[in-house]
Amino acid sequence: MSEKPQNDAVARAMVRLRAVDKHYGELHVLRDISLDIAEREVVVVVGPSGSGKSTLCRTINRLETIDSGEILLDGEPLPVEGAALARLRSEVGMVFQSFNLFAHLSILENVTLAPINVLKMSKADARREGLELLARVGIADKADRFPAQLSGGQQQRAAIARALAMHPKVMLFDEPTSALDPEMVGEVLEVMTSLAAEGMTMVVVTHEMGFARRAADRVVFMDAGQIVEESTPSDFFDNPRSERAKAFLASILAH
Amino acid sequence: MEMITENAGLLLDAIGTTLLMVVVAGVGSLILGVLVTVARVSPIPILRRAAFLYVQFFINVPLLALLLLAVFALPDAGLILPLLPTAIIVLTVYESAYVAEAVRSGVNTVAVGQIEASRALGLTLWQTLRLVVIPQSLRAVVQPIGNVMIALAMNTALAAVVGVVELTSRVNKINLVYAQPIEIFTGAGIVYMLIALAIGLAAGRIERKVAILR
Ligand SMILES: Nc1ncnc2c1ncn2[C@@H]1O[C@H](COP(=O)(O)OP(=O)(O)OP(=O)(O)O)[C@@H](O)[C@H]1O
Ligand SMILES: [Mg+2]
Repeated sequence: MSEKPQNDAVARAMVRLRAVDKHYGELHVLRDISLDIAEREVVVVVGPSGSGKSTLCRTINRLETIDSGEILLDGEPLPVEGAALARLRSEVGMVFQSFNLFAHLSILENVTLAPINVLKMSKADARREGLELLARVGIADKADRFPAQLSGGQQQRAAIARALAMHPKVMLFDEPTSALDPEMVGEVLEVMTSLAAEGMTMVVVTHEMGFARRAADRVVFMDAGQIVEESTPSDFFDNPRSERAKAFLASILAH
Repeated sequence: MEMITENAGLLLDAIGTTLLMVVVAGVGSLILGVLVTVARVSPIPILRRAAFLYVQFFINVPLLALLLLAVFALPDAGLILPLLPTAIIVLTVYESAYVAEAVRSGVNTVAVGQIEASRALGLTLWQTLRLVVIPQSLRAVVQPIGNVMIALAMNTALAAVVGVVELTSRVNKINLVYAQPIEIFTGAGIVYMLIALAIGLAAGRIERKVAILR
């Protein structure tokens, strides 16, 4: 079921969720979620507001705990806490809707903080690599600025560079363009598209259908905490099978 | 005026004692207060609970009661320390609860997203505190901590009650001899005001130094 649709790479599960359940009090946010994400695969998660997309994303690096089931990263179960959990998180990049750049650090310091303190990279190496990454996302000239001095699109690209600096095995994106002005969405999606093309394993929560069609191997549609439908982007957008997916697509096309 | 010149040595001594209490209890309560806050935001429930009780206890018990307890009850329990160190220790633990409150309110101004981003990068809890939370909360805590330190400077006067000869105690004794209460107590008041002013100015300077752009 986890076969990567069109790719020659070995379909090894980089992320594996098995029968994952989670509640927030009475609310059953994740219901029996099973999902395998192959190495180099790009999975786009869509669904109505409140369907559990963010929660799903956040369980993969254990920013949210789960009630039952199992999550494996690269074959290893997620550690419960402590140093082992911190190490696991360093292997999973995360990009947030609201960027969450460290407000007290320059853009370059944002990118080098974790390599220096977690990977114990030398300052010089971290700096060199950080500048390369900033150049790659097109904001090399902003290295010494502070987050508040950058536009939203630039901040989000810096946040992507910060995550990439850890050489993650997987990148998680939770609505990375939802907080951006429309004219800045494109520059962030462009960076993500090139990442996908380079073979990064990605889980992307987004409503950007253009990105999903262009870059995704698979679309996962969630509703009310369940995975309702999984298919290729073209199948999903052109021939949704479930009524819920049809209703959802109609509602986002209406805007 | 000759009241002051004749007692200059004694007065300077007393001011020295007051300043010593402010400085030692000030530094001590800062360190202890930060440690209590770390315990309060730690993931270990029993530490969190203990830190919470610590803060609640010292905020809800009058300083004078603590001083009397330490000076008169502890020796009974076999713990004998000279008066001045006893007073300094009591001031330290008492003010550390207020420091902990000030630091916690500063920590609460740090957006959750900043902490999540730090954890998501693989920084440990301690690294997150040291590299993200503390630098960002500094600005928000400097003024409140300055106010705690000013309160501490005023509170050192309570040590007079249990027999420490600091500024208030000394001027009180001098007044018994000269009976010029207005002059001598106004003079002491001015010294306390100067200490408060110095702390306030220092806090302002530090605050500007740690300002961050948002
Ligand atoms: N910390 C929390 N405590 C309680 N309920 C929560 C918490 N976080 C999320 N929820 C609830 O869980 C449900 C799923 O939330 P989640 O954020 O995963 O949805 P989502 O699909 O990402 O929605 P959106 O498109 O609005 O971002 C929602 O009903 C939400 O209100
Ligand atoms: Mg969400």
